[in-house]
Amino acid sequence: MPTLNLKLRIWRQPGPTAAGRFVDYDARGISPDASFLEMLDVVNDRLAQQGEAPIAFDHDCREGICGSCGMMINGVAHGPERATAACQLHMRRFADGDVITIEPWRARAFPVIRDLVVDRSAFDRIIQAGGFISVNTGGAQDGNSIPIPKGDVDRAMDAAQCIGCGACVAACPNGSASLFTAAKITHLGLLPQGQPERQRRALGMVRQMDVEGFGGCTLFGECQEACPKQIGIETISRMNRDYLRALLGRSPAADGGSGE
Amino acid sequence: MDLNARVPPGPLQEKWDRHRFDLRLVSPANKRKHTVLVVGSGLAGGSAAASLSELGYNVKCFCFQDSPRRAHSIAAQGGINAAKNYPNDGDSIWRLFYDTVKGGDFRAREANVYRLAQISVNIIDQCVAQGVPFAREYGGLLANRSFGGAQVSRTFYARGQTGQQLLLGAYQALEKEIARGGVVMFPRTEMLDLIVIGGQARGIVVRDMVTGEISSHLGDAVVLGTGGYGNVFYLSTNAKGSNATAIWRAHKRGALFGNPCYTQIHPTCIPVSGDYQSKLTLMSESLRNDGRVWVPKRRDDKRPPGEIPEDERDYYLERKYPSFGNLAPRDVASRAAKEACDDGRGVGPGGLGVYLDFADAIKRLGEDKICERYGNLFEMYQRITDENPYRVPMRIYPAVHYTMGGLWVDYDLMSTIPGLFVIGEANFSDHGANRLGASALMQGLADGYFILPSTIGNYLAGARLDRVDASHGEVVRVEGAVNQRVRTLLSITGKRTVDSFHRELGKLMWDKCGMARRTDGLREAIQRIPALREEFWRNVNVPGSDAELNQALEKAGRVADFLELGELICRDALHREESCGGHFREEYQTEDGEAKRDDERFAYVAAWAWRGEGQEPCLHKEPLVFDNVKLAARSYK
Repeated sequence: MPTLNLKLRIWRQPGPTAAGRFVDYDARGISPDASFLEMLDVVNDRLAQQGEAPIAFDHDCREGICGSCGMMINGVAHGPERATAACQLHMRRFADGDVITIEPWRARAFPVIRDLVVDRSAFDRIIQAGGFISVNTGGAQDGNSIPIPKGDVDRAMDAAQCIGCGACVAACPNGSASLFTAAKITHLGLLPQGQPERQRRALGMVRQMDVEGFGGCTLFGECQEACPKQIGIETISRMNRDYLRALLGRSPAADGGSGE
Repeated sequence: MDLNARVPPGPLQEKWDRHRFDLRLVSPANKRKHTVLVVGSGLAGGSAAASLSELGYNVKCFCFQDSPRRAHSIAAQGGINAAKNYPNDGDSIWRLFYDTVKGGDFRAREANVYRLAQISVNIIDQCVAQGVPFAREYGGLLANRSFGGAQVSRTFYARGQTGQQLLLGAYQALEKEIARGGVVMFPRTEMLDLIVIGGQARGIVVRDMVTGEISSHLGDAVVLGTGGYGNVFYLSTNAKGSNATAIWRAHKRGALFGNPCYTQIHPTCIPVSGDYQSKLTLMSESLRNDGRVWVPKRRDDKRPPGEIPEDERDYYLERKYPSFGNLAPRDVASRAAKEACDDGRGVGPGGLGVYLDFADAIKRLGEDKICERYGNLFEMYQRITDENPYRVPMRIYPAVHYTMGGLWVDYDLMSTIPGLFVIGEANFSDHGANRLGASALMQGLADGYFILPSTIGNYLAGARLDRVDASHGEVVRVEGAVNQRVRTLLSITGKRTVDSFHRELGKLMWDKCGMARRTDGLREAIQRIPALREEFWRNVNVPGSDAELNQALEKAGRVADFLELGELICRDALHREESCGGHFREEYQTEDGEAKRDDERFAYVAAWAWRGEGQEPCLHKEPLVFDNVKLAARSYK
């Protein structure tokens, strides 16, 4: 199979406060069956042989589930393939001679640590603000004691698939974390177990988004295009409803509970 | 060496209940005086950190990823076992216990496995209460599916992302406790050594992976939930960052290493496609519920699969193991695939692959049903291979997946260092020589949510814990040694990259200590690994400095430890002159190629002690006593 020769323009930034710049690299003899990160491995291997600092990027499972990886590839979060994290993008999507520009996520709330590595700890703090059900270990009732309609649990699962990669923020012109936050609010809000804290959760998580410096949502919809798990912006409408109800102090149960 | 498993007396069914009554308690007012250091934030570490904090302990939790939500438990696909018997198909705690002991080829501790089966039912309840969206039937009740090594349906699942959903449940519980102030979280922080003072585990030395700062954290107990060591083979289904450093450092400080050679080769992974390959991707065992495994009957048959008629195909698992068929356990299915490929009947590039074919299932159930069950796995397969598994059979081959071995622990999950507890895949405990599918999630959560929070209190209530602070001589000494090691790695400036050493070690391990092991091959590996290690410390090139984010330096430390652990794995494999579970010695097999155990000589846990650089490790034995199951040849025919 013919291999690919590519020109890479990669953002290099030695540290959080250092100035960054694009540096050009050649990637030669890349197999079309290699993943995008394996292509970067090949470049890094060469840099390491020359005693140069390899390009830093976050990655771990390389199966599209841990959410570690993420980079802007030719201006698109996770690159050109729909519903695919960068680690699952394969080089057969590119042609010989292509120029590929690679940048870190760009968002005020995601400061660059080094090269393509950014600090996404703001996501953890949004979860701390209410993205959980307050049950301690022990004493849970039998798992089958509350039947949950299959449709509800399937929709909860659609939202719960979020891998917390941050592509939604990077893709959003406002740098909003609404899709990430709404996915968790939707997951828990669709389940009976999530009802007691539904208002508190919406208030806490939405406020934390603002505290972290994420932008507001103006429904561009870029986030759902970039989402490797195809989480849709209808979750954001749901979050907004929960948030407004919470501000007005109305109980969600009075508005029809989970079965919306 | 006192290798006492401290299994409580009494009938098997009553051991855990009685033991929990006998355990000393720490009063609520005293819990907050204790600090527990939890390393790792996966299913075991995350659930333990959250649960200990809920009880009132001060917890510090450490992970090398940027968030605890990214621990590798997240990649588990197929499901979690529990003896709920919701389908009314004859399951029970006893049956799950029996299946697990048999699945492990009678090399696990009975009492631990029974407790695991008992607790399995609580795990499901706990996770449902946390909002884990397990699959449900139309009536609203929980759904189950089948998994390998069992004839009942006891596996709970959330599409093909069960590990993700269970981990997010534990992660959310952890974040809840972080918000409350019970847990202080240290992400992007790697444990590089254990501090033992007065014979007790009292702290850890860590490196901040962003600033490079090396510091010590002290406490009253240390819990390692740092996962398995499959990456010693370089190519495995593990995440790239998964490593053995925490358990290996603890081993070198005195914790015995149990059964290091018990590694699990998973039968259904996407085959290797080139030298650039950085990892292997698992295709969930759940696929074997509906996929049929086959190879051509004829050698070197190059026809596309669709052109090979039914009577020229060998559905070898169905042929050899009619009662379990395609759901034979992992070790058995992997060896059968290797046998077919060694026989020249493998498919795909290099002949290292077998078919996993869904044509019959699609005909029977329709494409929609198959998509609903396995859609995300089929998509992942297509993204990686560029082939559509709805049209052509998947090509799969075995790959390193899980390590049953790990630090030796007693019934309370405490290692041979008092105050050092080891949970989840990092310990050796419950799976014997082979783990059944959907049992890793069960064990990680059993350890973290339910067992450790009970047993650690017993230790803390009974131990004499003198005050220690950062000025203690041992803290200074260990921290100094860690600093020195980092400086040495950076100062070698040789000619080879860290990855090139890792690849070479991995290939050697796979060739000599992989799916089939032989005396001569193991001897050769035991010769060659020290030479490779010597070259590493002379000729590795680690660019960059220690005061920054330096991924090459992180890798170098981990590979240095793999270069020591690899040798121990081979030594253990050489000494165990029998075949059992994932450990297959070619010299010890039955006439039809099945593993041949030697219960007379080897019904024990091999627990190895470190004796210093260049010294052979010392073997200790924990005899395995089976009072409740009959040792039998393990048959799935």
